[in-house]
Amino acid sequence: MHGYAGRILYVDLPTGATRTEPLSEGFAKKYIGGSGFGIKMLLDNQEPGIDPFDPANPLIYIVGPLAGTMAPTSGKFSAFAKSPESNFLGEGYSTGYFGAELKRAGYDIVVMKGRCEKPSYLFIDDDSVQLMDASHLWGKTTWETEALIREDLGDYYIRVAVIGQGGENLVRIASIINDRNRAIGRTGLGAIMGAKNLKAVAVRGTHDITVADPDGLKEHCLELYEEMSHGSKTVKYRTLGTPANVLTLNAAAALPTRNYQSATFEGAERVSGEYLNEHFVVKIQGCSACPMRCSHICVIPEGPWKGTAARIPYEPLMALGPFCGNDRLEGVIKAKELCDRYGIDAIGTGIIIGFAMECFEKGLIDKKDTGGIDLRFGNYEAIVEMTEKIALRQDVGDLLAEGVKRASEKIGRGSEEFASHIKGVETTGYDLRGLKTCALGYAVSRRGADHQRHGSYGHDLSGEVDRFKVEKGRGKLVMEDEDNYSIFDSLILCKFNRRLWDYDRMARIYREVTGIPMTGEEMHKAGERITNLARIYNIREGLTRKDDHLPPRVMKLPIPSGVAKGSFVSQKELDFLLDDYYEARGWTKEGVPTQEKLKELGLDAYMRIVHKKPEKKEVTRR
Amino acid sequence: MSKAGHKFVSADPDKCVGCRICEYVCAFENDKVFNPLRSRIRVVRIYPTINLSLTCRLCEDPPCVVACPRDALTQSEETGIINVDEDKCNGCGWCVEACDFGAISIHPDEKVAMVCDLCSHRPDKKPQCVEWCPEEALELTNRDILAQRGRLDSVQKLLKAALEKEIF
Repeated sequence: MHGYAGRILYVDLPTGATRTEPLSEGFAKKYIGGSGFGIKMLLDNQEPGIDPFDPANPLIYIVGPLAGTMAPTSGKFSAFAKSPESNFLGEGYSTGYFGAELKRAGYDIVVMKGRCEKPSYLFIDDDSVQLMDASHLWGKTTWETEALIREDLGDYYIRVAVIGQGGENLVRIASIINDRNRAIGRTGLGAIMGAKNLKAVAVRGTHDITVADPDGLKEHCLELYEEMSHGSKTVKYRTLGTPANVLTLNAAAALPTRNYQSATFEGAERVSGEYLNEHFVVKIQGCSACPMRCSHICVIPEGPWKGTAARIPYEPLMALGPFCGNDRLEGVIKAKELCDRYGIDAIGTGIIIGFAMECFEKGLIDKKDTGGIDLRFGNYEAIVEMTEKIALRQDVGDLLAEGVKRASEKIGRGSEEFASHIKGVETTGYDLRGLKTCALGYAVSRRGADHQRHGSYGHDLSGEVDRFKVEKGRGKLVMEDEDNYSIFDSLILCKFNRRLWDYDRMARIYREVTGIPMTGEEMHKAGERITNLARIYNIREGLTRKDDHLPPRVMKLPIPSGVAKGSFVSQKELDFLLDDYYEARGWTKEGVPTQEKLKELGLDAYMRIVHKKPEKKEVTRR
Repeated sequence: MSKAGHKFVSADPDKCVGCRICEYVCAFENDKVFNPLRSRIRVVRIYPTINLSLTCRLCEDPPCVVACPRDALTQSEETGIINVDEDKCNGCGWCVEACDFGAISIHPDEKVAMVCDLCSHRPDKKPQCVEWCPEEALELTNRDILAQRGRLDSVQKLLKAALEKEIF
């Protein structure tokens, strides 16, 4: 097989024992890679209904078929486990250099089960896979750990995916960090590593990656590179970067501000992409095989945090900026740097702090809880201090480290009404009240509040649909978006070049790399299969229609000002959207894939999970 | 042509973004597979912001040639390219150690010294890393041109400073 490494690695963490299995062509074609492989492996390797911190919860690293080739943005990798935030599907994607290295080491999939007896890291050195002592690394930041592992192993080109104190402390928004500023940020997968006593996965890969049609791929890449490095469809990412969204969304009254109290921010200019680039961006870097490069590295030029460097995209900027009422970018940069070093999700961190600020202003928590911090909206120093307290679980940070859902349930007294999450996962940077197609996408997203599983804000913001209205057809739009993104996440391609790809082109590069016959139509079907597979997984873990919800603020507090003034999503509207979406999907009113749909997608093996027959309970398992 | 006129591939650290496309392309051009260990150009990233590709600079009096105990390495008078006599080379790696830029390595299959040949095997003689670099950070240039540019840059800085002083 070309493109694919052709092997699955299983690691038993308590003993360090390993075994490999070949990756079959049938499996590869049916589930493509990344998310398809991840969801499938989780379904087949995880006991239904277990606690995410149970050692039996497998942690799975996966690369796509393109990783390690010159196909643009192919350096990505992904991780999967049952999420400690949502108790549903945990999945995340990162870029940098790690993914290509893992492919060269000779694996498409790495399944890690159990718990290391003592703090350890896994060293995958081509065919040699061993657990290494990490007692000297426990308690160290992600940056220190990466440097120490390279030093210990004596090879600068070793790539490391690592947790910081956040993961060690089982912070439910803990991330996995690689190449210093790249993160598998969402759904708390860093905490799964922490629960496994697994400080890092270090990889050295020396194998060749072959492709089926070298000349065809080269020709195709030449076209893609030209479009990505000079074309109009990627220009935003090459120039201002995603922080360009700040002013766009502020003008559209879709910028979540002060814990969703508002959708416009009076300080937007000062945290805009324009301002950031003029005052802080010193270098734009690229990931492996990316001709577009978008990593805007920002450095604080003066003051107490002088020299602090962090990569700042829109989402963390929104969360640590407007969402906390903060218009001081140095506060955003410093807090983001701490998130990367301690290994916690910068989006989740900002959303949690915004929630805590509202609790503080409402008197639900006070300075005794915060360790003396004046946790008011806009206090940028407080944001930085709270970031540290969450990662280290100090003072109220211990409670906030559980995420807004659990924290609000504990704090009570009405705080649940302003906890901004879906399925326990904190919201991201689009105010859903006036983006109703997008709201549906968020409500049904398989990993909780998320723009990255559908990107449906595009329809609303482009004016292609009336964003303040719900109507028949939105379900189909979201469905198509999701299935498309399922393929992006399986090949694994960066969505920043999404405008260059359709299913035919995806099938073309898949053929060029792997040599496996594939049509655009088959690719489309695979996208639908993967999205349905995720639904099956979540249903197995207990998901019902009521879990496809929106945060209370989105449904009860109309946008107070701006062009979207008065807009919100009523229960009736949400129900209408869900009905439309389930119908488009061929699911029941309860959001369950029908038997016909499962048959059509070749997922018959999972029939019994979603259509339980009392006499048969066992599910297929490897 | 004087040796100073020899052209080599030089990277501009201000432009290089560390995407490693040059590595992918070099390995692919030479061996039709992807593997940075087969690349004659290698990228170094130093956190947080330094990125640079490094390859053979066609030194005057190249230390790799001097170091070779088997006289397997020679420098072309005409092009400045380091030629490896694969029959003589036994992959001992003295040249690897001698090179100040890490621009020579040992080929993983052939086990002989491997160094940039400016894609001279190609009919068009165009170095593919230069052709593919999306940032135009790589160029085929020589020391005279680089020196000229250094002079111009520094004088322009003086000019700019003088103008700013006048105006503000």
